[in-house]
Amino acid sequence: MGSIFQIILQRLVLGILTLLIVSVVIFVAVNALPGDFAQAILGQGATEEAVAQIRADLGLDQNYFMRYFSWLANVLTGNLGISFAQMNFASNMGGDQLVGVVEQIAPRFKATMFLAGVTAMFAVPISITLGVLAALYRNSIFDRAVNITTLSSISSPEFFLAYILILVLAVLNPIFPSLSNVYEGMALGEKLNRTMLPALTLTLVVTAHMMRMTRAAIINLLASPYIEMARLKGIKPMRVIVRHALPNALAPIINVIALNLAYLITGVVVVEVVFVYPGIGQLFVDSVKIRDIPVVQACCLIFAAAYILLNLMADILSILSNPRLRHPK
Amino acid sequence: MSWLLNLILILIATAVVAWVFRFLGQKFTHNKPFFRDMPFAVAFGYVAGLLVLIAAVSYYFRPVEVNGVPSAGVIFFRWAVQGFIGFAIAAYLFRLFGRAVGTAGTRKLFRAMPLTAAFGVLVILLYAIVSIFAGSIAPYGQEEIFANANIVPGGNPMMGGDPNFPLGTDQIGRDIYSRLIYGAQNTVGIAFATTCLAFFVGGSLGFLAAIVGGWLDQILSRAVDVLMAIPALIFALLLMTIASVWSNQLGVDRTIFMVLIIAMIDSTRVYRLSRAVGQNIVVMDYIEAAKLRGEGMGYLIFKEILPNATAPLLAEFGLRFCFVFLTIASLSFLGVGIQPPLADWGTMVKDLSQFINFAAFAPNVATAPLLAAGAIALLTVAVNFVVDWMLHKSSGLKD
Repeated sequence: MGSIFQIILQRLVLGILTLLIVSVVIFVAVNALPGDFAQAILGQGATEEAVAQIRADLGLDQNYFMRYFSWLANVLTGNLGISFAQMNFASNMGGDQLVGVVEQIAPRFKATMFLAGVTAMFAVPISITLGVLAALYRNSIFDRAVNITTLSSISSPEFFLAYILILVLAVLNPIFPSLSNVYEGMALGEKLNRTMLPALTLTLVVTAHMMRMTRAAIINLLASPYIEMARLKGIKPMRVIVRHALPNALAPIINVIALNLAYLITGVVVVEVVFVYPGIGQLFVDSVKIRDIPVVQACCLIFAAAYILLNLMADILSILSNPRLRHPK
Repeated sequence: MSWLLNLILILIATAVVAWVFRFLGQKFTHNKPFFRDMPFAVAFGYVAGLLVLIAAVSYYFRPVEVNGVPSAGVIFFRWAVQGFIGFAIAAYLFRLFGRAVGTAGTRKLFRAMPLTAAFGVLVILLYAIVSIFAGSIAPYGQEEIFANANIVPGGNPMMGGDPNFPLGTDQIGRDIYSRLIYGAQNTVGIAFATTCLAFFVGGSLGFLAAIVGGWLDQILSRAVDVLMAIPALIFALLLMTIASVWSNQLGVDRTIFMVLIIAMIDSTRVYRLSRAVGQNIVVMDYIEAAKLRGEGMGYLIFKEILPNATAPLLAEFGLRFCFVFLTIASLSFLGVGIQPPLADWGTMVKDLSQFINFAAFAPNVATAPLLAAGAIALLTVAVNFVVDWMLHKSSGLKD
């Protein structure tokens, strides 16, 4: 088992290294802004002294190298700064109860994770069942219908699916609310009810991809000799697939599930905006519009971290589920 | 919870009918293999499919108006079904047309074409025509503002419409029909240009890395790895934030920045593919021969490698176009993409989306945002159908 820990450790180190380089990219991109933050926060009519004060507060008078490392140190200690909107408010209206970016993001992040979790609970069982059925009845009318439907739902933009769902399930038949204003301390049932439409939209998007991959992975295996053997023994087709093909197709299926979860965490942006769901994606888009750099930077870093982490997990799980990779020569 | 109970009852009834159906089939056909070897699930599937079909047909023929109140569900369902059947018939006729007209090569191509691919080709052609001739098709200009804002689609003056504006006008009085047509030009045109740029940059760098190898390959590949570790839409949003400041400062249009940013992000994906394809090609003898002849790098890339890499790159071009198109539409939908006054589908969906809430009382009103969103979906679905067919054809997958 020594080698397997070594492989996982290697991947982990690689992941952390990637995250570090990504943080450099984000830092460089943000610092390519013309002018500087101090002017941006205070606006055109700011006095010299105020600008200088803010510059000193933000450490903008140091060189890029120093600034990157102090930013990185702050990020690692959980200090993501204070949003410009907050600072602007404070400098114009007074008051020192500034809410840090971390406090702003934490509840949003929880809400997004809840949405992603609900979606995954629907999407994973549905897509695996559909994938197995499509592989079982391949080239039948059922398979073709599923194929066309999933291909269409993969390729439609999220907001199209979202508005169709709003039209059918919220406006024409008022089953679910079209605005998902969830907040903390809400009863779980009510929360689920309000999360249902965004979750269904995301389910439509990711199910299609996972189902197609499941189908392809199983069909790939059906040509192997041991499946032929199982068939010749007279086992029922369903059992051949579930008992013999599915376990061996697990590696690619796990991989595609992890990739789709990564997509879920980052692809929620549009869906959250459509349903006004108070998640991190909504916050990100709002901050992009008002150029609130600290929040944009922090959200970007979180999204990238989640993406890298899930990709890493997919990598490790596919190594674990494949004996040939588990015991490399 | 009564609907859950109903659902369970319907499922049980379907199962019973399915069993009877199979049993009777076996009895009356004297155990023909079709019924003898039919698993229960398949019988269930046939019966359930038939039930869904009957339900759909009966719903379709329900009255569109009950006591003067429009039943919006039926109206939307009719539109959807009519659209679906209309496109299916059009695709079928188009395929027949393609089989009868043209050179031997194209006729052969159309003979083996599934209906979905014919639909895809037809839609792509339609979009191409509309986007090229948008200026002469559209009745009004895309920036023309009329006195009457918020005219209801449908063209019926009794219902607040206007025959001059078949799809109505938007919140500041621009003709929606014209803007939809110009949207084809702007959204599709910009997406196409972006994809071409991404392919030019990503493709040449990928082939270059494949030919030169060594440190250049290492540097480019590691840079691409890092850029690909950030999710595309998030990265695009981050860069658009910065670009919005730059565009104010430099006076350059924000749309140009968007094209450059998305082309940069997507060229990393193209680079990956073209490098992988290129590496398989550069080990061939004819490349060796060309190198010994003393051909330059440009000749090697465009005359030797490119012609042998067209099949995978063409499929990738279709997929990449879809991604770029969807990214641009999403950015515009979020308000940071193509900027007004250019007509663009993503922005139109965003601006008109609140009208969907009136769908239950006035189905006409909700059509404008759905048409704009549907226009995006239709093109991406069409391109995907064509790419799917091309991949299927080139991979020789028959199962």
